[in-house]
Amino acid sequence: MKRYFSNRNFLVWLLLSCCSLPLLAEASSFNMTQGVTSISHDVYSLHMVIFYICCAIAVVVFGLMFWAILRHRKARGVQPAQFHGSTKMEILWTAIPVAILIVMAIPATKTLLEMEDASKSDISILVTGSQWKWHYKYLDYPIEYYSLLSTPSAQIHNTAEKGEHYLREVDRPLVLPTGKKIRFLMTSDDVIHSWWVPAFAIKKDANPGFINEIWTRVDQPGVYRGQCAELCGKDHGFMPIVVEVKAPAEFDAWVKEQAEATAKAQADAQALAPMTKEDLMALGQKTYEARCAPCHQVSGEGLPGVFPALKGSVVATKNLPLHLQTVILGRAGTAMQAFGKQLSISEIAAVITYERNAWGNDTGDLVQAKDVAAAMPAKE
Amino acid sequence: MHKPLLYKLLLIGACMFAFTFALIPFYSVFCKLTGLNGKTANSSAIAATTVDLQREISVEFLATVDKSIPWTFAPEVPRVTVHPGEVRVVNFRVENLTSEAMIAQAVPSVSPGQAAQFFKKMECFCFTQQPLQGKESKLMRLQFYIDPALPAETKTVTLSYTLYRVVAQ
Amino acid sequence: MSTNEHSATAHTDHDHAHHDHKPGGGITRWLYTTNHKDIGTLYLLFSLLMFFIGGIFAMVIRAELFQPGLQLVQPQFFNQMTTLHGLIMVFGAVMPAFVGLANWLVPMMIGAPDMALPRMNNWSFWILPFSFTILLSTLFMDGGAPAAGWTFYAPLSTKYSGDSTAFFVFAVHLLGISSIMGAMNVIVTIFNLRAPGMTWMKLPLFVWTWLITAFLLIAVMPVLAGTVTMVLTDKYFGTSFFDAAGGGDPIMFQHIFWFFGHPEVYIMILPAFGIVSSIVPTFARKPLFGYESMVWATSSIAFLSFIVWMHHMFTTGMPVTAELFFMYSTMLIAVPTGVKVFNWVATMWRGAMTFETPMMFALAFIVLFTIGGFSGLMLAIVPADFQYQDTYFVVAHFHYVLVTGAVFSIVAAVYYWLPKWTGVMYDERLGQLHFWCSLVSVNMLFFPMHFVGLAGMPRRIPDYALQFANFNAFISIGGFLFGLSQLIFLAVIFKAIRRKGVKATDQVWEGAEGLEWTIPSPAPYHTFETPPHVK
Repeated sequence: MKRYFSNRNFLVWLLLSCCSLPLLAEASSFNMTQGVTSISHDVYSLHMVIFYICCAIAVVVFGLMFWAILRHRKARGVQPAQFHGSTKMEILWTAIPVAILIVMAIPATKTLLEMEDASKSDISILVTGSQWKWHYKYLDYPIEYYSLLSTPSAQIHNTAEKGEHYLREVDRPLVLPTGKKIRFLMTSDDVIHSWWVPAFAIKKDANPGFINEIWTRVDQPGVYRGQCAELCGKDHGFMPIVVEVKAPAEFDAWVKEQAEATAKAQADAQALAPMTKEDLMALGQKTYEARCAPCHQVSGEGLPGVFPALKGSVVATKNLPLHLQTVILGRAGTAMQAFGKQLSISEIAAVITYERNAWGNDTGDLVQAKDVAAAMPAKE
Repeated sequence: MHKPLLYKLLLIGACMFAFTFALIPFYSVFCKLTGLNGKTANSSAIAATTVDLQREISVEFLATVDKSIPWTFAPEVPRVTVHPGEVRVVNFRVENLTSEAMIAQAVPSVSPGQAAQFFKKMECFCFTQQPLQGKESKLMRLQFYIDPALPAETKTVTLSYTLYRVVAQ
Repeated sequence: MSTNEHSATAHTDHDHAHHDHKPGGGITRWLYTTNHKDIGTLYLLFSLLMFFIGGIFAMVIRAELFQPGLQLVQPQFFNQMTTLHGLIMVFGAVMPAFVGLANWLVPMMIGAPDMALPRMNNWSFWILPFSFTILLSTLFMDGGAPAAGWTFYAPLSTKYSGDSTAFFVFAVHLLGISSIMGAMNVIVTIFNLRAPGMTWMKLPLFVWTWLITAFLLIAVMPVLAGTVTMVLTDKYFGTSFFDAAGGGDPIMFQHIFWFFGHPEVYIMILPAFGIVSSIVPTFARKPLFGYESMVWATSSIAFLSFIVWMHHMFTTGMPVTAELFFMYSTMLIAVPTGVKVFNWVATMWRGAMTFETPMMFALAFIVLFTIGGFSGLMLAIVPADFQYQDTYFVVAHFHYVLVTGAVFSIVAAVYYWLPKWTGVMYDERLGQLHFWCSLVSVNMLFFPMHFVGLAGMPRRIPDYALQFANFNAFISIGGFLFGLSQLIFLAVIFKAIRRKGVKATDQVWEGAEGLEWTIPSPAPYHTFETPPHVK
């Protein structure tokens, strides 16, 4: 075997391929992201180290195999050898892989232990997955909100040109400060989801009824995008994650702004000003397409056997109190969520008005914010 | 003449089928021992004999309401700081927002999972049915302490409850 | 060992069968047959049909993913396609193909007249068409077919699934029963019907790997049956095995499922190892290197398969100690798997190789399966797995081990033994064309999936961000080409069945050794009615 290894062409070829691999990996945007946290850098280098080890093994094993294919072929008139075992070789090629595996396991173990240490965090955020949106609740500030896909349905159905961040944009991103250890607590309202932001090397399942935790510390301000990674039903591909990381001062300003906006929204709801039918229908259509259409479809026809139709249904054409109750409180035992806590009073009023007047449901009913407020469960 | 072997193989198959169902209690015991899924034992703990005044543990409370039940559910304080061994009481407020009577029960989960076995509850409402009349509200009591044997690296323990509706059979 | 006595008894049984079940004409021959060759043929044709049905579903998936945006199908139907594609390919194509090969080959390789339990054999095949008819019929139901993925994680498959769940559960029960019966038959045959002199360490490696596979099947198919039963009772009968509300745990579903699922993966690859270990020595004209270590490696892979299941679940949240244990145990699998690859290379070393179609597929298997092994090793590294998990990197990984692994080995086996089955040589030019078309297209199809996965594309999504567009178009083209290439395979088989080709000799391949090459080609309806003596 020594003789073959001294073959110059073979060596040159081996060297060339080894050198070109790192270049390829760096140049390509189709490699794992290096990310923006120290953990994500560790994960990236771990990935590359193991990749190179695999490449080296591949070069040796496949090299020998192709050598045999080229040289030890009947067409060259060779006589087959008849050996069929060698304990020495067997021991060798059991021991060498074990040694290589140990070399791989050491850095992997080190990185893992670091990843799983969520103690001494500065900020905690409860992340709740539900079909098909994320909810963020800052445990240290009075801020909580839903974050939904903001790509218009026209782009998805190819009737409008797709934007730069197609399917990776949301109405309200998660906002984080730089330089702080953030602890995420994950849970779910329905099925299993998985919260994944590649730039932070974070992927953790959100399990209904259970909590998981994971942490990150981002030093670079910027916008980072990811999406749900665990099959969670029909719109699994349409629940992205966008994280905006801001300098601490900007983050504090954002926190203040949020508090003011919440106060203003409450005041608006108190006023309960009636809206015109046009305004109700416009807001209702917008809200419906963002929140209701994923299940009940833009056409209001639902999906037979899975999600009921609203077009021509008893609830959406006759029984108004039940309609209000269903939208506000949800339907127990079904996928119908309680939107009372997700939407504003005027949005609920608009969406019910829309459902009662669209797709030939022409009931002519106008539902105003005050009607919704009356139907809302009283808060102490 | 093939029958003895065939019967043995059938027996293996039947045992494996039964084993699948035996995994359920086995899993619970395993989780309790290792904190695999962060479930806690029920309220049966008796007070610890020592209080470790050197350490402080931050205990966080989370309350989630499943969408099947239109109630509100929240701890009266979001977090407390305790010494291991020190007994504390935290109340959770539930309110039935509807006008119908309903029954709910809370399912606990602790993070990090390994801390679950050191989270000792002396009085707890978890896994017990909570009936509430329409519009009724009530305080539910949790009395607990953190076992001083809690591993030193754990500084924060989170107890999360999810409130589910119980539909009477 | 009382092999002699056993064989003699089997012989009498068989004579009896001989008079009752002569190959007649028409459908009843196939309905009532208890002949291992007939049943082997039925299994193989059934799996070919399923391979094309599952393939059509894959084409739908690739067509939708050809461009960003929703063009052809709606997301719910897309999920039904991914689910059915997985279920059909795993349970309908790969597993029955291996059972078909076992039926044809195990008796001929060990010098037995037939399988030990011929009537059960008939039954275990004929359950399958019913099972898959039930499964496929859900496509026409209101709400459509199951859409929770072939892994059907709770609660998506329980609380949030349609009524097709009940049909799915029943279909899985049926195919589970079929697999268990098939496995029992293989075990009893190998234990009781070996010809005199066919000692354990003389068994061809295909028989060894199938024996170990059969034990895996008996151990884990009942676990799958238990799992789907729990899904059924959770959905319809008010239990809460997997529902936190009633004190259950959805993560427990994944534990039980993968306790079945990981050995299942090896059920689909161990017989492939046996096939490659038969083909490589034949075309290298040199005995298999390290026979004993091959048997040892197969057994240790089977054993390890029971203690690695949580590596499918690293992101579900588990204690660090569990993550470390399952990382190390998973990495350990690389050792016996490596031994096999090294042994194959050593078998080729200083042989006198020729490169007929079966050898080409076997060589492609060795290289491409090893690439799948490398990505498997990368996936075992927990911190990196957090980035790979549930992305196209995983899709690339398991398609390398299952398509260029299991499926390529099945195709190689068909080319290798087809002359023995039909009595004519297959069309070598078509075979080579099939190989090269498949090789190029399968790599166009699956290799770029590594890159889109690393770049951040999750699996099981019907639409994707724009940066993945070019790669997905390329992958889809590879997919269509791979699908079309399989039509060449169909043509080869069709020609051989029509007996169009050069008459095959008994030995068929110059370097072939083993009992199946001592009987005439095509293999007569009844073989080894008097057991041969193995020296």
